[in-house]
Amino acid sequence: MDQEPIIALERVSKSFGHGEKAVWAAHDVSFALHPGRTVALVGESGSGKTTCARLVMREYRPDGGRILFRGKDLNDAGAVGLKEYRRAVQMIFQDPFASLNPAHTVDFILRRPLALGRPHLKGRAVDDTIADLLRRVELDPGAVTRKHPHELSGGQRQRVAIARTLAMGARVIVADEPTSMLDVSVRLGVLNLLNEMKRDLGVALLYITHDLATARYVAEDILVMYAGQIVEWGDVHRVLAHPQHPYTRLLLSAVPDPEVRFDDPGSRLDPGVVEAIRREARHRQDRVIEVGPNHFTRPAA
Amino acid sequence: MTASSLLSVQNLTIDYIGQQGDFRAVDDVSFDIAPGEVFGLAGESGCGKSTIAYAINRLHKPPALIRQGRILFEGQDVLDLDDRALRQFRWNKVAMVFQSAMNSLNPVLRVEAQFHDLLKRHRGSSKAQSRERAAEMLRLVDIPPERMRDYPHQFSGGMRQRIVIAICMALDPKLVVMDEPTTALDVVVQREILQRIDELRRSRGFSVLFITHDLGLMVQFCDRIGIMLRGKLVEQGPAEQIHHRPQHDYTKQLWASFPSLHGDPVKLERASM
Ligand SMILES: Nc1ncnc2c1ncn2[C@@H]1O[C@H](COP(=O)(O)OP(=O)(O)OP(=O)(O)O)[C@@H](O)[C@H]1O
Ligand SMILES: Nc1ncnc2c1ncn2[C@@H]1O[C@H](COP(=O)(O)OP(=O)(O)OP(=O)(O)O)[C@@H](O)[C@H]1O
Ligand SMILES: [Mg+2]
Ligand SMILES: [Mg+2]
Repeated sequence: MDQEPIIALERVSKSFGHGEKAVWAAHDVSFALHPGRTVALVGESGSGKTTCARLVMREYRPDGGRILFRGKDLNDAGAVGLKEYRRAVQMIFQDPFASLNPAHTVDFILRRPLALGRPHLKGRAVDDTIADLLRRVELDPGAVTRKHPHELSGGQRQRVAIARTLAMGARVIVADEPTSMLDVSVRLGVLNLLNEMKRDLGVALLYITHDLATARYVAEDILVMYAGQIVEWGDVHRVLAHPQHPYTRLLLSAVPDPEVRFDDPGSRLDPGVVEAIRREARHRQDRVIEVGPNHFTRPAA
Repeated sequence: MTASSLLSVQNLTIDYIGQQGDFRAVDDVSFDIAPGEVFGLAGESGCGKSTIAYAINRLHKPPALIRQGRILFEGQDVLDLDDRALRQFRWNKVAMVFQSAMNSLNPVLRVEAQFHDLLKRHRGSSKAQSRERAAEMLRLVDIPPERMRDYPHQFSGGMRQRIVIAICMALDPKLVVMDEPTTALDVVVQREILQRIDELRRSRGFSVLFITHDLGLMVQFCDRIGIMLRGKLVEQGPAEQIHHRPQHDYTKQLWASFPSLHGDPVKLERASM
């Protein structure tokens, strides 16, 4: 990775609540997003993935650590302004219906960010750019520009959401389970599209998912999160092929596999073993082990 | 219907009535579920899976209209039940777990009170009896019974989903309808929940109608699977057959677009449809 990261989190922490009841949703989290690369973020439900996304979006302020944008601490004087940051860093949500205003047409949904992101465009040039953006996400401009979100399928809506991030001129896209509400067939189309954004436009992607199989298709690097901590990270193929942390192994063993039937006694997850892994993985662990080139883990307690 | 079916859906056809005409969401669908069997319904978004699930529970509302067909439960047509029989039917015979069920718990009631509500209404149970039943059901889903005094927000999403399942089973229904019960959860929690349901249906003998878009998961869990396409049931058979010898082109396409954790990582193609 020779290029400088666009965004880097350095030992960032975030807690909710106070005193004994405080939940450390993110603890000492470090990772970097590079142009033209994708980082996949996986882990247990409630482990802090969306919290990381909201930290990147600057919707939460870190309680500890720092966030760098193009090498500059966001808290330093002279750092990028919030407005410019919000244009450059865009989010795609799980439910494409909830994130598109139901009262607006697709045309309107794209026109507004375009006015903000590319104010020099006027008249016909705006229409042409909207058509280009729609074609880029494989939608037929003639068929969809006048439609409202409820007249589109889930996959089509998610494409509109992606087109909107591009209209804004996004350099970083944070996608929080962008395909979990979509069908398998449509899902791959959306993932392909994210891959193209990365390759052709040099966008940096943070891809949050419960679907480990898709992480292999879109990401170069992967982070495995448990109870607010990143317990294993590095090259996606190394981590998935040679998982070191017990929780990563557990996660991989539970990926749906049609060859393995639940009624096969040998395939059963033992609840006692699962609980023991969870107990160990919850411990704070500052020590990091370098397993190999671009592959790291924290030792389980 | 075969003599051994618990549920027999016969030629079910359901329209959504609209101003610009009717939309046929379910088109002449027939399938049977045997006692103790897990039957899966898979298919693309909008193919009619939830519409069927609702109709089996008689929870369908206008603009949904059943045009044709029968839904026989233990030989009796669910569509003929009067209000009293229907109250008896729901929860006692059939219970339903929705995708967002974990958010369907009442946030201001302790878990034990949510059990008691149901058990008092259907069984006339006292508080002590409800508490005893709640403890038994929570143990079944690996939640320490002492936690019945907690409120829903004190549990994780996976635990809340297990509590909903425990409540659904409190009246020993013969059929549990699960519409995407685990899509928002990580794969470990998903596996824990479904593995437990698999054990329970074997020990307690209830049947399951399982709806998901994850075909791999469906093959792991179900005995038989039906594949739906635009309101029609285009193929049904044992899980093993749907996996290894799919007959319908659409089923083959679904498998082709299923990303795998192993093997060649570069087959990112869209099923064309
Ligand atoms: N606004 C909030 N107030 C209080 N607690 C919160 C808040 N947001 C998140 N949490 C808690 O922080 C932890 C991490 O939550 P987060 O939503 O980041 O998890 P996640 O990994 O995205 O989970 P999922 O896979 O279920 O989406 C959880 O224990 C959650 O309950
Ligand atoms: N209230 C309604 N009015 C009109 N049409 C409806 C209504 N509810 C559902 N439909 C239509 O009926 C069809 C079947 O919907 P249904 O919810 O049963 O699909 P599904 O297979 O459960 O899809 P998903 O996987 O997205 O949950 C869809 O095309 C949907 O648009
Ligand atoms: Mg989340
Ligand atoms: Mg549905």
